[in-house]
Amino acid sequence: MRPNDTARLNGLLDRAPRIVATGTAVLAEALAQQAVPVETVDWSPPPPGTEDLLARVLGDPRRADADATAVRRVLSARPQWVDVRPAREVLGLEPGTFLHAGPPLDWDRASGPMRGALIGAMLLEGLAGTPEEAERALAAGAAHLSPCHHHGTVGPMAGVVSPSMWMFVVEDARHGGTAYCSLNEGLGKVLRYGAYGPEVIERLRWMSAVLGPLLRAAVRRHGPVDLRAIIAQALQMGDELHNRNRAATSLLVRELAADLVAGDAPAADVAAVLRFVDGNDHFFLNLAMAAAKASADAGRDVPGSGLVVAMARNGTDFGIQVSGTGDRWFTGPAGTPDGLYLASYGPGDANPDIGDSTITETAGLGGFAMAAAPAIVRFVGGEVPDALTATQRMYEITMAEHPDYQVPILSFRGTPTGIDVTRVVRTGILPTVNTGMAGRVAGTGQVGAGLVAPPAEIFTAALAALAEAVPRQP
Amino acid sequence: MNAPAERVELLPGTYRDSVTLMRVSRTLAERSGVRDAMVAMATGLNLDLLDRLGFTAPDKAGPNDLLVALRADDEPALADARQALDALLAEAARPAPGGLGAPPSPRTTGAAAARAPADLALISVPGPYAFAEAMDALSAGLNVMVFSDNVPVAQEIRLKEEAARRGLIVMGPDCGTAVVGGVGLGFANAVRPGPVGIIGAAGTGSQQLMCLLDTAGVGVSQVLGVGGRDLSAQVSGRSTLQALAALDADPATELIVVVSKPPAPRVAELIRAAARRLDTPVVFALLGPGQDDLTAAAGRVLAALGRPEPRWPRWPAAPPPEARPGALRGLFAGGTLCNEAMLIASRALGEIRSNIPLRPEWAWPGGATGGHLMIDFGEDSLTRGRAHPMIDPALRLDRLAGETAGDDCGVVLLDVVLGYAADPDPAAALAPAIEAAVARGLGVVVSLCGTADDPQDRDRQAAALSGAGAAVFASNAEAARHAVALAGGTPEGAG
Repeated sequence: MRPNDTARLNGLLDRAPRIVATGTAVLAEALAQQAVPVETVDWSPPPPGTEDLLARVLGDPRRADADATAVRRVLSARPQWVDVRPAREVLGLEPGTFLHAGPPLDWDRASGPMRGALIGAMLLEGLAGTPEEAERALAAGAAHLSPCHHHGTVGPMAGVVSPSMWMFVVEDARHGGTAYCSLNEGLGKVLRYGAYGPEVIERLRWMSAVLGPLLRAAVRRHGPVDLRAIIAQALQMGDELHNRNRAATSLLVRELAADLVAGDAPAADVAAVLRFVDGNDHFFLNLAMAAAKASADAGRDVPGSGLVVAMARNGTDFGIQVSGTGDRWFTGPAGTPDGLYLASYGPGDANPDIGDSTITETAGLGGFAMAAAPAIVRFVGGEVPDALTATQRMYEITMAEHPDYQVPILSFRGTPTGIDVTRVVRTGILPTVNTGMAGRVAGTGQVGAGLVAPPAEIFTAALAALAEAVPRQP
Repeated sequence: MNAPAERVELLPGTYRDSVTLMRVSRTLAERSGVRDAMVAMATGLNLDLLDRLGFTAPDKAGPNDLLVALRADDEPALADARQALDALLAEAARPAPGGLGAPPSPRTTGAAAARAPADLALISVPGPYAFAEAMDALSAGLNVMVFSDNVPVAQEIRLKEEAARRGLIVMGPDCGTAVVGGVGLGFANAVRPGPVGIIGAAGTGSQQLMCLLDTAGVGVSQVLGVGGRDLSAQVSGRSTLQALAALDADPATELIVVVSKPPAPRVAELIRAAARRLDTPVVFALLGPGQDDLTAAAGRVLAALGRPEPRWPRWPAAPPPEARPGALRGLFAGGTLCNEAMLIASRALGEIRSNIPLRPEWAWPGGATGGHLMIDFGEDSLTRGRAHPMIDPALRLDRLAGETAGDDCGVVLLDVVLGYAADPDPAAALAPAIEAAVARGLGVVVSLCGTADDPQDRDRQAAALSGAGAAVFASNAEAARHAVALAGGTPEGAG
């Protein structure tokens, strides 16, 4: 033997090996018969026709480094809330242009709540006098529609953004990216759920006239608000940052209150702002989404990486974007969430899945952090063990664990972060998404909340595109 | 008796591994009133078998669909069996997660490797899926044994490149046996620890060698499989080179034996050059025309260690009462044992047809043939969607019954390979078939590869097989020579 050569094969020959067994049970049993420790894999085959795609993508020599780079960038992003400004200024939105949630969509394929929100936005911008007039104009192609994601923006539910709406501006202090999200309107009859009645438009006007300017003054006085820190704390206080934002909203108000009061705004306006935020447990959601968008965007455009950098729905299609395939969308039909309904609504009233809020799951929050939020598992139709299982199952399809976003009940394990297209296809485990449900008829508003999964075929399509992008061996 | 009741159905997207399905099929077949039961993934091979059982294959059956075919005495028995099947499949499904907070079972090799420290991944998923799992293991810093066959050679090379980059080894693909750190992996025999390190590109070749050495009182330090293609020009000995270096560094290894078919000439040069640079002596046991058989190679190893070669155990049988003339038919579970038997037999008998032929022009296309024939039932095309013949004897028993019923076969040569993971009692299924063959005047010879410490107990198996009328040999070469003599040939060097 050669004395300096002892660590060969990671020390394989130096002791009884500890083994991972994947496949035929009889081989694992034979090891157990010899009292050897075995971790067995509950393996099942991927969909027919994907084995060669998987081999090609997993054999790509760039992949390991590409995935590591992409997910490291997501994990190291430092999203900070720095400003609030009207969409016409920060996004350069022209009158008659509207952003919407999800992958690209036109009026003809738009669902009820998406149409309702667009009608509301037409009314808000003064481009139509009545809902009927708005609808006719939209159907005639009077408006220009563009996905939020194409503008560094995310929008909950219908996600409609019009020029006069005020936007949270969130910067990634680590990598320099910027993300935007509108201000949260509260629950019930609200534009994002497709409602466009007078009270909806009135609220939006107040948000542009009072809420936006006051928040801008406060955050400018305060300086950048560290959203990563608030999210990390909120996870330990029972939020998962998609369907529960109560702790994060409270933490935000606590941090911002002095700077809200310190300005020269009338006391009645400051009170109205505080009262509005107090009445809306989801106020922080839009900041969580912008933070998640800024983080996920940091992982974009790494050639060879199968990291999912966006999941979004427009009420008709569910789409994903992947780091190694640029801005291309992979889309399939949006499913209808499974969960609980408000009041007398039932499954027949729910619209297919809608909204950019799945950016939270993309960044390791929401359904992926479900174990942190046992208080709301019943709201989405489950029990506490389901919440723990949901998060733990997501480790099977993610590349990393977040260093700061932790789940106390899982011994402060980091949340599963960075969805890997190859692992989704291999395991058949689809990302768990917590979501609200919009009514299918325009103008209805929210009808419930529940869990939903993306269509499996969009991950297969993304895998095929990744395989196509693998350089041919010389 | 009433006409039997039949049912064939397809359960799309229901996957269970082939061993589980073999057990389910067996359990169903043992129920009273059930005549035939076949529960298997709908691969081409299994659809052929379905056809031979007289069932009609359903339309659009694919390898990811579970095929169920049942034949019973009457409708109630059929319905009972169908219900029992659901229960058996549910039982075989994944276990429910444990208590509150217990994580669900890992679903990929990568996820399992992340849970607890590990040294080696043992991959036995169907070949087309093995690459992903093996790549996971390498990425996590684990060595890999790929038991699966049907893995494309380009994928094998990619895996071995990755392993070399990371200082790891890929054993396989199609690596049936290994002994690492005293643990038997795959089909491995229970052998004593000792000074001999084996590198095997020929799974049952390694098993034959370790069993013979064990019988002679010499143990092994490690047995590292490298896969049957490792010494081909394409793969270029990548794993063999890793294994040579690792065994040279292993303090327990005093002598290295490389067991393989003759390598591609350029690769042979590479390996011999690498061997010369080692401090540990290397013995080559290369199975090919004009080379030593494995038993002779065992003798050389013993000589190198200064140990005498024993008389290899044999358990004779009386010749069949009315021996009938006819061709030699070898029905093998071990590819290397089949190859060795053909090398020996062809010297005396000439042409031997086979699915792993010695010469391309001796290829056997399947079906009946008048001449000498040896089939390797472990070959890739005969294991798609089926467990290996060392576990599932169905295809071989089917062929043995065919040879017994036919009239052109005079002698049957079988291997029986014992060890971990192999059929817990192969003699139980074989003995009645052997008795039937002997009763029809066939000579039956068994090459019994195993040790006294194997879970099946070699000597008990030998007693049962010879009791059924087979002549049983611990040495495959001796078994082959005996079979040739029975078939009327005059083997050189018979002894």
